[in-house]
Amino acid sequence: METKQGTVAVTLTVNGEKRVGVAEPRMLLSDFLRHGLGMTGTHVGCEQGVCGACTVLIDGQPGRSCLAFAVQVEGATVDTVEGMAEPGELSDVQQAFRAEHGLQCGFCTPGFLASTQALLEQNPDPTDDEIREYLSGNVCRCTGYQGIIAAVRRVATERKAASHDA
Amino acid sequence: MKPPTFDYVRPASVAEAIDALAAHPDSKVLAGGQSLIPMMNMRLARPTALVDIGRLDELAGIEANGSLRVGATARQSTVLENEQVGRRWPLITAALVHVGHPATRARGTFGGSIAHGEPASELPAVMLACDARFLLRGGSGEREVAADDFFVGHYTTVLADDELLVQVEVPDPAGSAWGFGEIVRRHGDYALAGAAVRLAVDGDGTVEEARVALFGVSGRPIRATAAEEHLLGTRLGDERAAAEAGRAALSGTEVTDDSFVSATYRHDAAAAVVERALLEAALRRRGTN
Ligand SMILES: Cc1cc2nc3c(=O)[nH]c(=O)nc-3n(C[C@@H](O)[C@H](O)[C@H](O)COP(=O)(O)OP(=O)(O)OC[C@H]3O[C@@H](n4cnc5c(N)ncnc54)[C@H](O)[C@@H]3O)c2cc1C
Ligand code: FES
Ligand code: FES
Repeated sequence: METKQGTVAVTLTVNGEKRVGVAEPRMLLSDFLRHGLGMTGTHVGCEQGVCGACTVLIDGQPGRSCLAFAVQVEGATVDTVEGMAEPGELSDVQQAFRAEHGLQCGFCTPGFLASTQALLEQNPDPTDDEIREYLSGNVCRCTGYQGIIAAVRRVATERKAASHDA
Repeated sequence: MKPPTFDYVRPASVAEAIDALAAHPDSKVLAGGQSLIPMMNMRLARPTALVDIGRLDELAGIEANGSLRVGATARQSTVLENEQVGRRWPLITAALVHVGHPATRARGTFGGSIAHGEPASELPAVMLACDARFLLRGGSGEREVAADDFFVGHYTTVLADDELLVQVEVPDPAGSAWGFGEIVRRHGDYALAGAAVRLAVDGDGTVEEARVALFGVSGRPIRATAAEEHLLGTRLGDERAAAEAGRAALSGTEVTDDSFVSATYRHDAAAAVVERALLEAALRRRGTN
């Protein structure tokens, strides 16, 4: 049995790179990423699990980084918005959000991008209803969602076309 | 807000988890953290130690031989995607779609949703409708508790401080009809009123056994016994019987009146969801036969 008190070292694989930081057991994964590792791409809105801004991929699954303690996910693989494309470039999902006006202020965007990535992995060709249902846990105060849904649809269509061409 | 400080314990087995709970007064079990961590972030809960059972593989299994056995820490998303569960216990699958969102279901556990004792949660009512049994293990040994006897009140169950919910057993519902419905403000929210129903019918479509469970309407998930009695001997899909059962559903219950909606609203909403769930059960049955 392992008991952790005070400050402890936490090791994670973040965007493919092994990262070590220190954390008290009470440190949330969101704060560990932002303050511990200086990766501020992951946004924090509500800290209650409701807004979805802090959504990242934990071992490939979408998860609220504000609802996990860093010590709890010790050893896990975490993927954040910083790892979605090379610096200066955009992934296809990011490009589609840009093209379809799937963002305005951008506060909610890192969470939407993570959720979209997970959705398309599980279901490469979702219907609009499936997109809406999957993204229902992410809140956007700016866009009215239409652009976001169009962006997800665009990625799905583009990927399908690309795989036909290949 | 940020959670208060605590010691973090990661036991390597269920036995160690129980020892740790006994050794740390004011400790709490941490499973998926999707209810406990928000409460700690808001400082509504201040455990001095957390015993993390989230990685105990011995608690994460799903087995479907005759009855369904789900380990307490099986993730909600894993149960939702399980084909056997979808085919033989479709009521559970239908309900899980409404439990939060993909990101909370990927971490939230099946057992956590039951042990938490939130009265507006879907799974506890589904457990009542399915006549599930819970296996508990603690300092004083192991015991089995029927879902009917498990839920006490708001966030309160019969679980002792040093006791774990280890497994949920759901009998084979072979051939029974089922329905599920809820009224929510947004998909994935806790329900303002919801119902899970399961009916055993004979060859002529006459109801022989009825289990009608409600959530979101009272301090704990409840069986609507008056509605159940109404249904016995009626024909599945009888519109009048369904409406009457709906109206009877909350008789004798103290109905929640809160900042979301009034007790009167909940009364009407519960009647509607029960009626709809019953009619849906009949439609679905016709569709499959
Ligand atoms: C945005 C959001 C929306 C949600 N919507 C819904 C919804 O619509 N419907 C719904 O039902 N839920 C909803 N939830 C809550 C659900 O996601 C949780 O997963 C569930 O309530 C608790 O499960 P958990 O594994 O996360 O438990 P935890 O949060 O880890 O624990 C919850 C409580 O149960 C105790 N506990 C957990 N497991 C055990 C065990 N095996 N033995 C003994 N005690 C145990 C803990 O000590 C704690 O007190 C929502 C959550 C969020 C953040
Ligand atoms: S900050 Fe995590 S869900 Fe809002
Ligand atoms: S773009 Fe501003 S909140 Fe979504």
